[in-house]
Amino acid sequence: MSSDPLFSSKNLKVLTSPLNEDNPITVQVLGICSALAITAKLEPAIVMTFSVLAVLSVSNVVISLLRSYIPPRIRIIVQLTVIAAMVILVDQVLKAFAYEVSKQLSVYVGLIITNCIIMGRLEAFAMTNKPWPAFLDGVGNAAGYGIILVIVAFFRELLGAGTLFGYPVIEKIGLYNIGYENNGLMILPPMALMLVGIIIWIQRKRKPELIED
Amino acid sequence: MKFLRNFIDKIKPGFQEGGKLYMFHSFFDAIETFLYVPDTVTGPRGAHIRDAMDMKRTMMMVIIALVPSLLFGMWNVGHWHFLAFGEDADFWQTFWFGFLKVLPIIVVSYVVGLGIEIIFAQSRKHEVNEGYFVTGFLIPLIVPVDTPLWMLAIAIAFAVVLGKEVFGGTGMNILNPALTVRAFLFFAYPGWMSGDSVWIEGMTKNAGMLVDGFSGATPLAEAAAGNVANLPSIMDMLIGIVPGSIGETSVIAIFAGAIILLWTGVGSWKIMLSMFAGGLLMGLTLNLFAVNPYMELPAWEHLLLGGFAFGAVFMATDPVTATQTEKGKWIYGFLTGLLAILIRVLNPAYPEGVMLAILFMNVFAPLIDHYVVEANIKKRLKRAQTKG
Repeated sequence: MSSDPLFSSKNLKVLTSPLNEDNPITVQVLGICSALAITAKLEPAIVMTFSVLAVLSVSNVVISLLRSYIPPRIRIIVQLTVIAAMVILVDQVLKAFAYEVSKQLSVYVGLIITNCIIMGRLEAFAMTNKPWPAFLDGVGNAAGYGIILVIVAFFRELLGAGTLFGYPVIEKIGLYNIGYENNGLMILPPMALMLVGIIIWIQRKRKPELIED
Repeated sequence: MKFLRNFIDKIKPGFQEGGKLYMFHSFFDAIETFLYVPDTVTGPRGAHIRDAMDMKRTMMMVIIALVPSLLFGMWNVGHWHFLAFGEDADFWQTFWFGFLKVLPIIVVSYVVGLGIEIIFAQSRKHEVNEGYFVTGFLIPLIVPVDTPLWMLAIAIAFAVVLGKEVFGGTGMNILNPALTVRAFLFFAYPGWMSGDSVWIEGMTKNAGMLVDGFSGATPLAEAAAGNVANLPSIMDMLIGIVPGSIGETSVIAIFAGAIILLWTGVGSWKIMLSMFAGGLLMGLTLNLFAVNPYMELPAWEHLLLGGFAFGAVFMATDPVTATQTEKGKWIYGFLTGLLAILIRVLNPAYPEGVMLAILFMNVFAPLIDHYVVEANIKKRLKRAQTKG
């Protein structure tokens, strides 16, 4: 059994590649649905990021520990059980300590179960890797997901509602006095899709090797 | 005009590769081909149709067809302004006032739109396409006169970049760019695209100085509110002396434009006709099941209201975003008309259904074409089989 150092270059790659060239949203195109639903404001986007981080990293470790004992034919069911258990935990924690945000996120916390990123990473990575790299993969992918969420939510909240974390930025700068108005389209879900599209565009422009045929 | 040609030839080398002003070559090329027919010709081999009617001339025809609507729109802007504030003005004062109000919108439209086009053309190393000449002319005609210019600029940037350039520029866009501008404004700043005051110049800012009892509601808004009795006379709606977006009000001016388009063969009569037919049919259907005064409105009157005529003549017929097959044009136009009236009457959130109907059918145009072509292939295959 070979023993890599904890942060060997291979492990580091597992952690950092989802942030950019292997980003779950812009490159793997997973987890788009939640990116549309909860990015109208920054706060829920960040809470969502941490929820996914918790669920994904822990489920990745658990599945990685169990990987030799899971019969291949029922692996999806086992994975779902683990994810569902984690999601319920996160949901309960949010309800207990961040009730307001939990209400804003409503069903979307429960829907983390169906977030394709989690199933995808369990299936593609945790089933064939040791717990420590699996943990790093979970953290990396959740962070890559979170970065996109936060970028999209930043623009949607700033341009759509004129606030950041609920703080009235635009009003404080005084833009309303010179005739500025909030952009209602930013609040609507299609705009999240367009912003993700623009991010993908910029990313492919900078990294032409990501462009498929 | 010889001196112009000489001048262009003289400065041309500077814009060619290696020249000092190469970075502006897209811009130069756009101006040169705008003024003169390009000197590049198809080779002597192959069966090419050669016609002086290239894309630039086609686009110029549309602009000429739009001029009556624009001129009338300018006068109408002045007319309603002076009416709302109770001032007297003669014809030229009225026109001049409207001209000064509409001109900045046109300038913003061209500067922002062409600026983005030139940047993209330059970075992609192709020439500036003339598609924007028409788009830039259409935009001022379909917005309310009181739209703040910065909103317009943002909407145009949005529409040109996300509605057109990401798909590959002129000829590749799925949605009509001018209508994308309007749709952006409608969803982003709904307060400036509907209501009773944005259609009259100055009414949003100086509401206190209005003539008593003056309402800036468009006929469409009156009808949607169920005040069918408040509708202006048919004559006023035909001539266009009603509040509305700058160029959409005058059915007669639009009709004049339609004749130019049809006479030069630029616009498709099939789309225009079938769109009116679709609207008429939907109006009649709604009459049958009428439960409120708006649904009881005579079907033909719908075709005079709002932007229906303008949409049918100038927007739905856009050769890029409409269907390409002849049968497809009938289907496309008919469904656009049908949907326009359906959205307008049955969905109170969207007072003007024409814009949404055309954009919606733009998305479906390739699908319609696909099935028309498939059906034709099947038909011919069947014929070949029965014969053989």
